[in-house]
Amino acid sequence: MAKVKGDIVIDIEKCKGCEVCIPACPNDVIALSKNVNGKGYNYAETINDECIGCANCAIVCPDGVITVYRKRME
Amino acid sequence: MKGNEAFAEAAIRAGADGYFGYPITPQSEVMEYLMAEKPHERTGMIVLQAESEIAAINMVYGGAACGKRVLTSSSSPGVSLKQEGISYIAGAELPCVILNVARGGPGLGTIQPAQSDYFQSTKGGGHGDYKMLVLAPSSVQEMADFAGLGFELAFKYRNPVLILSDGAIGQMMEKVELDEQRPRFTDEEIKNNTPWATTGKTKDRERNIITSLDLDSYKQELHNLDLQAKYREMEKNETRYEAISCDDAEYLIVAYGTSARLSQKAVDLLRAEGIKVGLLRPITLFPFPTAVIAKLADQVKGILTVEMSAGQMIEDVRLAVGCRVKVEHFGRMGGIIPSPTEIVDAMHKKIIGG
Amino acid sequence: MAEITKEELRQPENLIYKKTDLLTDKALSYCPGCGHGTAHRIVMEVLDEMGIQDQTIGIAPVGCSVLAYEFMNIDMQQAAHGRAPAVATAVKRLYPEKFVFTYQGDGDLAAIGTAETIHACNRGENIVIIFINNGIYGMTGGQMAPTTLPGMKSSTSPYGRDVATMGNPLKITELIAQLPGTIYVTRQAVHTPANVRKTKKAVRKAFENQKLNKGLSFVEIVSNCNSGWKMTPRQSNEWMVDNMFPFYPLGDIKVND
Ligand SMILES: Cc1ncc(C[n+]2csc(CCOP(=O)(O)OP(=O)(O)O)c2C)c(N)n1
Ligand code: SF4
Ligand code: SF4
Ligand code: SF4
Ligand SMILES: [Mg+2]
Repeated sequence: MAKVKGDIVIDIEKCKGCEVCIPACPNDVIALSKNVNGKGYNYAETINDECIGCANCAIVCPDGVITVYRKRME
Repeated sequence: MKGNEAFAEAAIRAGADGYFGYPITPQSEVMEYLMAEKPHERTGMIVLQAESEIAAINMVYGGAACGKRVLTSSSSPGVSLKQEGISYIAGAELPCVILNVARGGPGLGTIQPAQSDYFQSTKGGGHGDYKMLVLAPSSVQEMADFAGLGFELAFKYRNPVLILSDGAIGQMMEKVELDEQRPRFTDEEIKNNTPWATTGKTKDRERNIITSLDLDSYKQELHNLDLQAKYREMEKNETRYEAISCDDAEYLIVAYGTSARLSQKAVDLLRAEGIKVGLLRPITLFPFPTAVIAKLADQVKGILTVEMSAGQMIEDVRLAVGCRVKVEHFGRMGGIIPSPTEIVDAMHKKIIGG
Repeated sequence: MAEITKEELRQPENLIYKKTDLLTDKALSYCPGCGHGTAHRIVMEVLDEMGIQDQTIGIAPVGCSVLAYEFMNIDMQQAAHGRAPAVATAVKRLYPEKFVFTYQGDGDLAAIGTAETIHACNRGENIVIIFINNGIYGMTGGQMAPTTLPGMKSSTSPYGRDVATMGNPLKITELIAQLPGTIYVTRQAVHTPANVRKTKKAVRKAFENQKLNKGLSFVEIVSNCNSGWKMTPRQSNEWMVDNMFPFYPLGDIKVND
């Protein structure tokens, strides 16, 4: 069965920790870090490998800080 | 031609790209003439009746920011409404021509001519430290000439140019010689001559932004200093005036626009009485012909300013003169045009005998 | 199944989504979670996909998005408060072949700029208006807007909007839909992926309309203002669904094809 594997890259220095991406993710991939970035925001980070590259998180992120990759695995 | 019509025709011939206005007496003939002329068919110029003077001046902002030759016209209450937009235009350093065919105020005032918008025109009017270059026509010919000159100066300095006329000149009929049709700017000319204009960001340049905002106070101060330097440059290069019978004058009248026409008659009457009077007519109200008035102050025994107001320009004359000679004001208000004999009387009472 | 490392996955050929180049690299000045950012991105993605960056002139308002020109990588003008539709009118009349849009808040568009909005719409100026309705004056610190809901608290309606003394909220979008000059009037939102996709379609349609000289397209985006509403971003999105959407229902209001 072909499986889709995805990954996201979060520009953590530009993330404002708003959490809008979190409920948008079907696989609960994202959570806020306990650490803060240079601006003092708890930034978003991935917490599992379940990403399917659907880009939901990226298109709702108001600050456009998420880049999404996806590959079909044979 | 009427002054208002001459201005409108001259604007078309100056290669204007767009006119935006709102009706108000005594300047409605400007837009009426333009609409009747169908300049879109003649040159491609667009004419739009806006929903208000506020909209009209902001249309001018948008058009000027595109590097186009755009203008508006109104009369005093309408020009008051335009002040915010003018301040933005000055702050964003955009070229445009604004005609004020002034009428008496305050408030709705009267539809008759007045010169009581001098302060508004030369001292700011809107908010912030800015100046318009102000031209004051005193004939129908100058109404026409200043349309083209206005655009020239506006683009030279990236600054709004105000033509401060009044209802008498706007409505007056005189013979006028008009310039040949100048072509409108081509896209190429806009690109080369006004590289700051918003025309669409192409790959070969950074994006163009037209704004008057800078939240960084230091940068905003620098911007203000640049503006002030530009205004000093205008003072150096653009001061215009007409000196009539001033060479041997022992007394001087300072007057612009309609008042200057009447004062010229008063000068003739006074000279017929054997009194050597000259007339200094400022053509630019900003920059004001301070230096020439200061020089004449050393020559004459007294100066009368004639204005259709309670006395506004007199403050600039007094600043130029200091305390060297007496400077008095004579004027009528509420839309009344002073007669030459009234001016002669005032000269006798306030200056010569006073 | 073959495993794949993150390095192998993060290759250009696998790239699905990245911020459009039509947004600058400058960090947005908006509060965390503010819908303005998403709305900016949608508009810029549409221009990018249509390939019209070099033909587009945007007009920024006065409001939180006054600095839109810092973030949108296109030629822009900053208009006086409420006057963007007048500014855009002139730009479009003078450059009929270019794409012109305004981006305005609810105070800008539906209070101080009501006349300019209605008349540009009524003249059927061939422009796009993007209208961010967050029910409040965000920039000036959360005062009551023309769109503030009945009973809704703001800094100038601290006990809630009393319609008897403060007037009713203005559904300007429904009003505008009545005007013959508008061709497409729609109300959307940007708080979920599905809504973002719908809004993007709407914005695309609006610019396609302009390309075809069809008339004025008006896209309202009901948005949050978590700072003004004094909520977290997620709370504000929930509050928006529960309170704003019933009063400002989403969907197309007028579609003239
Ligand atoms: C003539 C004028 N009046 C008032 C203001 C102050 N002001 C700036 S933004 C704003 C309200 C903006 O609210 P809105 O349009 O809803 O935009 P938001 O910030 O909510 O996105 C006001 C009243 C101004 N800049 N100019
Ligand atoms: S939506 Fe964007 S800015 Fe907000 S937490 Fe997620 S990644 Fe950060
Ligand atoms: S791309 Fe989709 S699956 Fe992956 S983190 Fe974002 S929302 Fe979740
Ligand atoms: S004040 Fe409101 S509208 Fe303005 S940036 Fe913050 S959340 Fe957005
Ligand atoms: Mg608002």
